[in-house]
Amino acid sequence: MLLLICLLPTGAAVAASQIDTFAFADEMQERRYRALIEEFRCPKCLNTNLAGSDAPIAQDLRKVVYRLVVTEGKRDQEVRDYLQARYGDFVLYDPPFNAQTWYIWLVPIGLGLLAVIVLLRLLRGARGEATALDAQQQARLQEIVGETRSSEASLSQSADRT
Amino acid sequence: MSRASLYIPLGVFMLILGLGYVGFDLGARNELPSALIDKPFPEFQARLLNEPERTLSRENLLGRPTLVNVWATWCPTCLSEHEQLMQIAASTDVVIVGVNYKDRPDKAKQWLAQYGNPYDWVLDDRDGLLGIEMGVYGAPETFLLNAQGDVVYKRVGDINPRIWRDELAPRFRQLGIAMTVDNTDTGAD
Repeated sequence: MLLLICLLPTGAAVAASQIDTFAFADEMQERRYRALIEEFRCPKCLNTNLAGSDAPIAQDLRKVVYRLVVTEGKRDQEVRDYLQARYGDFVLYDPPFNAQTWYIWLVPIGLGLLAVIVLLRLLRGARGEATALDAQQQARLQEIVGETRSSEASLSQSADRT
Repeated sequence: MSRASLYIPLGVFMLILGLGYVGFDLGARNELPSALIDKPFPEFQARLLNEPERTLSRENLLGRPTLVNVWATWCPTCLSEHEQLMQIAASTDVVIVGVNYKDRPDKAKQWLAQYGNPYDWVLDDRDGLLGIEMGVYGAPETFLLNAQGDVVYKRVGDINPRIWRDELAPRFRQLGIAMTVDNTDTGAD
């Protein structure tokens, strides 16, 4: 339900985020502000960033980002630290590597390695099987190849006659 | 290639399914783990709702365990947890501080007059700035602080009989908050 409520206004929210009437000293400052509100996740909605959310908390946090960037002249990293200290790793779309998140980072690498190992083994296995016929199988193989050749030969002869 | 190793892909597939099941089923996905747990409650300056000339700061919350409850009149869940807060106020000697979050003071006062006031102090946070310091993203939210002013527990959502019995009462006991007997059984479901 919460998800639904969050999802509904997203179409309008892109426009709504433009309604915030903030004044910036220069274009550079405005660009930094816009990049930062794109970067953080709204704590209330499950997967919307601050720029795209209409939730009251997102509006408040946009004001906070504005205050930090414009009024207090903080650097981008200081803004990130400020929000992370209060709302945790959740607001960062780029989770840090720590005791809680290591497996998120390592699982794809592990799966990739596993895929390479499986692929190598399959390739080696395929090559190995091709040469691993015993004497009896070799004889049988020759027999089949021989049969096919002679039947092909007789077929082409009959084709010549017509 | 042995026969058993043919089952490796199936095993990996089941593992991925298992991870997905656990990951998507971890219960309260819309509850953020608080960044403040085991950390000091933030510094703040806030006016009292009933005495706007007085301000409270973090120092006023030190010395005794304190329950900080974020509420608003626009929040229906706050009304539904109100009865439980009244009971906690009546049956324990914990200090309860209300944070009236993004609300109108006149409405808040009327609400407390109508439904009763469980709070020792109510802070006026009409612009929600204290809320942001606390990492609040909705109401109600409740923080339990120890005597040193560290956050030992946070609840996002209502304080209901189950939360009181399973989460709050044991921590109250740990912190040595005096409670009348039987209290932990109230409203057991």
